[in-house]
Amino acid sequence: MSEIDKLLDQHGKAITEVYLDWENGSKIEKEVLDAMIPFYLDRKFGNPAITHRFGWETYDFYIGAKKTIAEPLNINPQSLAITQSFTESNNLAIKGIVRANKKKKKIILSEVEHLSVIHSAKSLYAEGVKVEIIPVSNDGVVNTDILQEKLDDDTLLTSIQAVNHEIGTIQPVKEAYEIVKDKNEDIIFHTDATSAFGRIPLDYSKLEVDLATISSDRILGPKGIAGLYVKEGIKIRPLYEGQLSVEILSPDVENSPLLAGFAKAVELQFARFDEIKRETSRLRDKLLYGFQTTIPRTDINGPQGNNRAPDNVNISFLGCEGEALTVESSMKGIYASSGSACTSRVLMPSHILTAIGRKPEEAHGSLLMKLTRINTEKEIDYVLETMPKVIERIRSITGGISL
Amino acid sequence: MSSRIPLPYAPRVLELFQNPQNLGRMEDATIVASAGSPACGDMIAFYLKIDDSDTITKSSFESYGCASNIAAASQLTIMIENKTLEEAWNFTWNDVSEALGGLPKVKTHCGSLAVGALRRAVRAYFKEITKASPGWLPGDLTKDEKHALEEEALAEKLGKKYKLL
Repeated sequence: MSEIDKLLDQHGKAITEVYLDWENGSKIEKEVLDAMIPFYLDRKFGNPAITHRFGWETYDFYIGAKKTIAEPLNINPQSLAITQSFTESNNLAIKGIVRANKKKKKIILSEVEHLSVIHSAKSLYAEGVKVEIIPVSNDGVVNTDILQEKLDDDTLLTSIQAVNHEIGTIQPVKEAYEIVKDKNEDIIFHTDATSAFGRIPLDYSKLEVDLATISSDRILGPKGIAGLYVKEGIKIRPLYEGQLSVEILSPDVENSPLLAGFAKAVELQFARFDEIKRETSRLRDKLLYGFQTTIPRTDINGPQGNNRAPDNVNISFLGCEGEALTVESSMKGIYASSGSACTSRVLMPSHILTAIGRKPEEAHGSLLMKLTRINTEKEIDYVLETMPKVIERIRSITGGISL
Repeated sequence: MSSRIPLPYAPRVLELFQNPQNLGRMEDATIVASAGSPACGDMIAFYLKIDDSDTITKSSFESYGCASNIAAASQLTIMIENKTLEEAWNFTWNDVSEALGGLPKVKTHCGSLAVGALRRAVRAYFKEITKASPGWLPGDLTKDEKHALEEEALAEKLGKKYKLL
């Protein structure tokens, strides 16, 4: 028996299991898998750039699948670059723009961007890039007044997320976009829409952002595939070199099974967009207010109501350390994540929770849960029934240590 | 190395997390000490009951911290039971880690913090209760005690709003 097997044995497995850690790892539905299988086993796996029947078949499928993915955004499918992850898309958006536009050197981002945006930008210091960080309100909303102040003639790129991945803040992207373009049409505007795609309406034919990141795994599509919308005319360089096939910004042979899965997930999410939005919002509020009612000393992280993404639940349980909380929840069959320092490998709590003014001890006790189209009311009822016991036990270990 | 191992807890850590030994405040403790800071999400309070021959007859802990933190504190209370203060003093974070089946590298500070809290309690006992320091007690702070201090200093830094740049 390996050590991990022994650990799992010691842990045991709860009779009821509710998976809510969609931010950190997702599965796919049978329908999505079924859509992918023929591309692995049967046809349309050929290189779409080669002149034979398998190549042309794949090309035909490829163009159709990209159309399916592009449709909810109302963009030209040819403008959607396919990448392997939203991390790659965000890296491509930042580094690809900087390397194709060498005259201007300043990038402006919000303090609550995903680390793939922040770290990409900071990695360019060596190339002479300056990075300006815009603070946020206590609800995580980007301060557009400060954005306006920071814009100058040296500004090349602004990157403002559509929805915050940890606390669900819906950002004023339209307002930020207009401020940026009012200052100078040439400043490139990127939005990381990873946590917004499929949750809130996005129409990039009306709001003409220059670049937008989306991801398959965030709408229960397969991992390993994502997208970056690049508006026609935007100069951008690929992140790496290789043999070009169809995709200009990501050399190599296109992965048709993953694209088929991504397209199927888009179909499933957008066929029921309004219903999923309504239902996840309802379960979200049931969880947030349920916790607040049954568990003392709780604090909701992020905005409430319509300013919050429908799928996001993030709450701090004071007097609880988050890693202990995730382990105890896990033993009760509830899988979530925490912004606590101890769940990461450094002693720093989540940069988002500290950006909204949470004290470290508040950030440490946070729990992040996300809701998808496959979560059920029954699951939420189990979570609401079980969490008070989880919190009580962790607080009993904290005992009299005053926080 | 191009990959890293996530946090592989030894089964003993989970066992003590599920069923912590010697948990809770001790009303009749001879001495109490704590180490760490809530700001770091990592704090341990140690309670010792000490008899006239400087032997620990009972000890208990409270922990605001992760599963390793809880397990490390609990493990140490088990190890020091019926030990003299000198024997208890000589346990290091390495002993605690070993008894737990090995702590993941990033969690070694948890073992260190438990030892730091215990040593602080022992020093406090000789300073406040017996008011005489035995010959075996080092005058300078040991590594584990310094670690606790470092963590508390970091907490202070964290207390001021943490900025990205």
